[in-house]
Amino acid sequence: MALLEVNGLSIYFHSRNGVVKAVDDVSFTVDAGETLAIVGESGSGKSVTCYSLLDLLPKPPAKIEAGTALFDGIDLLSCDAAQMRRFRSNDIAMIFQDPMTSLNPFISIGEQLIEPLIYNEDKSARLSRSDARLRAIELLDEVGIIDSEQRFDCFPHEFSGGMRQRVMIAMALINEPRLLICDEPTTALDVTIQAQILALIKTLQQKRDVAVIFISHDLGVVAGIADKIIVMCEGTVREANDAEGIFYRTEDDYTKKLLAAIPEGAKVMPNRAQVDNPLIKVQNLKTYFRDYSTTPAGHIKAVDGVSLEIQRGEILGLVGESGSGKSTLGRSILQLAPITAGSIHFDSIELNKLSPAKLVPWRRKMQMIFQDPYASLNPRMTVYQTLAEPLLYHSLANAKNIDQQVQQLMDDVGLARINMRKYPHEFSGGQRQRIAIGRAIATKPELIIADEPVSALDVTIQAQILDLILNLVEKHNLTMMFISHDLSVVRYISDRVVVMNKGVIIETGDTEALWADPQQQYTRDLLAAIPLADPKSERLRRLSR
Amino acid sequence: MGLFKASEQNQEQEQGTSLWKDAWIKLSKNYLALFGLSILGLLCLVSILTPWIAPYGYEEQNLILGATPPSLAHWLGTDIFGRDMLTRIMYGGRVSLTVGFIATAVALIIGVLWGAIAGFVGGRVDAVMMRIVDIMYALPFMIFIVLLMVVFGRNILLLFLAIGAVEWLTMARIVRSQVMSLRKQEFVEAAHSLGLSQWTIIRRHIIPNTLGPVIVYTTLTIPSVMLLEAFLSFLGLGIQPPQSSWGLLINYGVETMEEYPWLLIFPGVTLSLTLFALNFLGDGLRDALDPRTSKD
Repeated sequence: MALLEVNGLSIYFHSRNGVVKAVDDVSFTVDAGETLAIVGESGSGKSVTCYSLLDLLPKPPAKIEAGTALFDGIDLLSCDAAQMRRFRSNDIAMIFQDPMTSLNPFISIGEQLIEPLIYNEDKSARLSRSDARLRAIELLDEVGIIDSEQRFDCFPHEFSGGMRQRVMIAMALINEPRLLICDEPTTALDVTIQAQILALIKTLQQKRDVAVIFISHDLGVVAGIADKIIVMCEGTVREANDAEGIFYRTEDDYTKKLLAAIPEGAKVMPNRAQVDNPLIKVQNLKTYFRDYSTTPAGHIKAVDGVSLEIQRGEILGLVGESGSGKSTLGRSILQLAPITAGSIHFDSIELNKLSPAKLVPWRRKMQMIFQDPYASLNPRMTVYQTLAEPLLYHSLANAKNIDQQVQQLMDDVGLARINMRKYPHEFSGGQRQRIAIGRAIATKPELIIADEPVSALDVTIQAQILDLILNLVEKHNLTMMFISHDLSVVRYISDRVVVMNKGVIIETGDTEALWADPQQQYTRDLLAAIPLADPKSERLRRLSR
Repeated sequence: MGLFKASEQNQEQEQGTSLWKDAWIKLSKNYLALFGLSILGLLCLVSILTPWIAPYGYEEQNLILGATPPSLAHWLGTDIFGRDMLTRIMYGGRVSLTVGFIATAVALIIGVLWGAIAGFVGGRVDAVMMRIVDIMYALPFMIFIVLLMVVFGRNILLLFLAIGAVEWLTMARIVRSQVMSLRKQEFVEAAHSLGLSQWTIIRRHIIPNTLGPVIVYTTLTIPSVMLLEAFLSFLGLGIQPPQSSWGLLINYGVETMEEYPWLLIFPGVTLSLTLFALNFLGDGLRDALDPRTSKD
């Protein structure tokens, strides 16, 4: 008998606007020592499925309509609260996506770690504080926290994102669970850290023989670690098979679509960059922020002496991990962050010398697309207002032709005209990003800086938006700087790539040349950490590590 | 900017979509808010027409009659001087509603602008502006008002200004904290990169997004201003008898509560009705001005 056996699980959400079938007749099994990956885009029901196992769903609106989830023969869906608490404390643990918000910022991580040990549901199993501390330190060592004894008393904000996720893993493992549910545990992490965390989960699993359910939106991430994969879409299971079956003998159309949407390989469009005709010239740029956390107040050197040129018509990829200063560099070029030293030329004009008033006509020529399409649109302005604002402000349209111009923009970015009067919250993430792109191209700019424009989107939507961006670049003859932490995306879209780390440029090169032959160790590490959507080569790679 | 404004209006006519127009459509479907609005409208109308429709003069005494309970001649009874309560409440409404609305409007305008500018510009400007607010907070309110009265003389307009000048402080703080979190948002940065002027950004992108808390606080301010006026009048700094206001009537009503309860009940009911109406309207407005609440 399998450790966990889910049969015909159906969960509906009942709201005023009707019933949403979040999970519809889903069945799967997980054995000890086995990894099951549940893959799907947002709204596919993958998280709802797993949250229901630990009774973590808000009820109402959620209601479990049918099905059983037998864990060791006991139904998790119908057991009482006391029994569920025992399962939660002893048998089933969960790791969440965001390690910052799932740790309590006011309690030291050690205190949080030993909590389940000293307050165990089963009184006889409770440990003394000193024993619990020893056990926790041992576990922190195991998940790769250096100096675990000192770090025991540190608070969550004193750890980096990757280290926090390690703490979360330790916390999940502290009571030796038999089933570990990981809900997108690496989505918020940098690519090199992601590789480390994935490897850690795999090793710990093998050592302890626990069953793992791994939820992800990214087939690439699960390729290397999953034994079995189920692909979910709109609440139903589209395809269930072992990992190699999913990747090499794909049957379902939706799975095929998902696989096809993973950005892979080189750019399809020709390189339109002009030679030696730079639109933007950055020389020895430094952007520092005051850092008040130290005494005396010091500086955070976000960008520390960067020089680069962007040629007309070029798509320049800017790659780096979080904290590398890539976003600050983009904002500095657009004069959205005050620079500390250096110069930025747009054509022959030195932008950083212009007064705010003189800068206005130049602002029109350079625009930005932001990462989060939920935050980058004013929630109280309709699509029409959002798109009309730049046109009217820069007198690119008048009262007569404004409607027609806005419609033209909506056509350009692939939004139906009937959506004109809607507010941002009525759109999906991908549609919102289209609105934001429409706003950026409204002023007919020459340069667009796109800061992680597809990172917040599902993989199929991501592919659509990337193609939209490529089309617009060609149609409007744009020059673009494309900032991303995702190397596959950058390779797919860029002509030339700049790799940044800790505020300085590590390496620059034509995309394919850089992929084929990276010159710097840092670049090699980055490239090696990209998860491949190919179980066999992933496994080989893990063995060689 | 001239062109911008003209085309903005044009766009509203043609498109029928703006925050305010949508808000009105939504509000007109919210019966509770409409009820509040009509009560307030009725009270205002009565107040405006009072000199023509009031059954008696507001200072018309009848000492022989004295305090009588409600009757056909005096629907809401008379006070100890034999003055008709209905008339007194109607005249009182003129003062109370004017104080309530004007002082709150003063507080609203100064507070929102002050808070928005301080929060948006930040840095030294913010520090100086907020220290001024702190200093005003620290000033004992009564001394401030007495000082104003001594310097400028007793004047009902001054009373509005004085109350407004105290009430805007909290409004400024609320708006500032809202704006501080808003200005870091990407849509504000996008507006910067479009080259919009600071003032346009504040007006079009910042202030509309602070409306929720501002409206709620406004509906709380209006009644507290009315009561403040009663307090000042009670101390002899505001309205003086034989003029009346709801606050004053309630104050006198409390003194004679046991012998002549109607002197307390009727002005009290009128004030409560106003507060209910304001709260219904405020809640309705807050929902209507937030596009994220459903349209149906």
